Amino acid sequence: MVNTKVTLSGLTLDNPIIPASGTFGYGYEFAELYDINILGSFSFKGTTLEPRFGNPTPRIAETPMGMINAVGLQNPGVDKVISEELPKMREVFHKPVVANISGFCIEEYVECCKKIDKEDCVGIIEINISCPNVHGGGMALGTSPEMAAEITRAVKAVTTKPVYIKLTPNVTNIVPIAKAVEEAGADGISLCNTFLGMRIDLKTRKPVIANKMGGFSGPAIFPSALRLVYLVYEAVDIPIIGIGGVSSAEDVIEMMLAGATAVQVGAANLVDPFACKNIIEELPAVMEKYGITDLNDIIGGAH
Amino acid sequence: MKTEFFKILTNEKIAKDVYKMTLQGDCQGIACGQFVNIAIEGLYLRRPISVCEVSGDVLTLIYKVVGKGTEAMSYMTHGKLLHLLTGLGNGYDLSQSGQRPLLIGGGVGVPPMYQLAKELRALDKEVTVILGFNKEEEIFYAKEFEALGAKVYVATVDGSVGEKGFVTDVMKKLPDYTYVYTCGPEPMLKAVYNESKTSGQFSFEERMGCGFGACMGCSCKTKYGNKRICKEGPVLTKEEIIW
Repeated sequence: MVNTKVTLSGLTLDNPIIPASGTFGYGYEFAELYDINILGSFSFKGTTLEPRFGNPTPRIAETPMGMINAVGLQNPGVDKVISEELPKMREVFHKPVVANISGFCIEEYVECCKKIDKEDCVGIIEINISCPNVHGGGMALGTSPEMAAEITRAVKAVTTKPVYIKLTPNVTNIVPIAKAVEEAGADGISLCNTFLGMRIDLKTRKPVIANKMGGFSGPAIFPSALRLVYLVYEAVDIPIIGIGGVSSAEDVIEMMLAGATAVQVGAANLVDPFACKNIIEELPAVMEKYGITDLNDIIGGAH
Repeated sequence: MKTEFFKILTNEKIAKDVYKMTLQGDCQGIACGQFVNIAIEGLYLRRPISVCEVSGDVLTLIYKVVGKGTEAMSYMTHGKLLHLLTGLGNGYDLSQSGQRPLLIGGGVGVPPMYQLAKELRALDKEVTVILGFNKEEEIFYAKEFEALGAKVYVATVDGSVGEKGFVTDVMKKLPDYTYVYTCGPEPMLKAVYNESKTSGQFSFEERMGCGFGACMGCSCKTKYGNKRICKEGPVLTKEEIIW
């Protein structure tokens, strides 16, 4: 028997597998296919204070071993998420979830967090200061240590649940930002959001995506995300959720060796709706293959 | 939604850049107007292809080679296994057809009309079909629709076969239909929308990430709220379309 349980800020997960926000909706499309309660947790679709339609289509482009999206935080707004989506979600998922919150200014994050903090099903609040697909907010708030710290402090002041800050990789140096949010009281770091990218259609000679650029994800970014987790692990003492191209049980172990306590699986869910189930089922055998009896023993093991 | 492996039975070229693939597998629950999403080796995203026909355990897809995915499909041969997500999208609602439904397909919008015509004929409906193409070498399936007992009109932009012009030029001469079902390029859908004298169902195309409602990559606005083309679509009713 191997131990796959890990703990994030007092919250024990049966395994470290968490579908990433925006790739798993509110869970019910996947619950049609398998019992999603096998997941460690999941991060539901990014929520803003007001409803958002998001960007014009096309919003999706393919890349070698990956994809680019510019959805633009489409969601019904926090009030409807709480009144309509979360009750439906709780019917199919009975463990604490990760509530992913986005905004365009500090006040929006604060108002949204106040509301979501009251929901019993929320185990962790994940603050997205890294969305590359919205203007005047999102990633712009996550590229300076000062602003990232200010949001962290503001959100921590109005919440009782653990707060994880989801950082963008699109910065010169991520370490000062990670340190700044830790000093500001963040309970953990989700690392990382998508990398900026674009594709151009050779026939039309125009960008494939209506928003021109978008967030690049999938297995192609795994080595880059892994590097950031490795760097940040050396700089902070709070737990890291490793995100970026994770597609297999081996990737999970590699992410954890770099320093992640748990991992999020994103784009893989979109190409194979059973991706997380397969990873969870394969994990014990892969652990045994590499002589791992307890996942907690390998966190940061590559340092 | 289901995930299944299907075995390729046949894969042949039937018109310029257009291929017909038949696959064997579990077709249960696949409805007309829905699509399947196909995993293709070496490409990250699946390729959504509309359902042309379901007959027992045989699924027929007709696709046009427009990019890497469909090009790879065109080289596939008998016996190869493909991993499909099936039962995707809402499909057509046959209960609205009335006695004399008009089906309009343009280009690769033609295939989904076939299963629909077959099912409407089984309900003893008087089915009229308008098939629109650019030119003769692109035409496919006109005879197959006739074999179902449907009245078939072909329109070609260059006039090489049938009516010279667009599907709407044929539509103008057919005043006596009870309902419209259509699938094709968006300019055609819009022209049909403007020309149609009855209500109808319009099948849309959009670039998709997942094809099953998770990524919100293919959302559109309708009069009844935001819809995902892959989940609450691809078929929208005339009343809800914003044009």
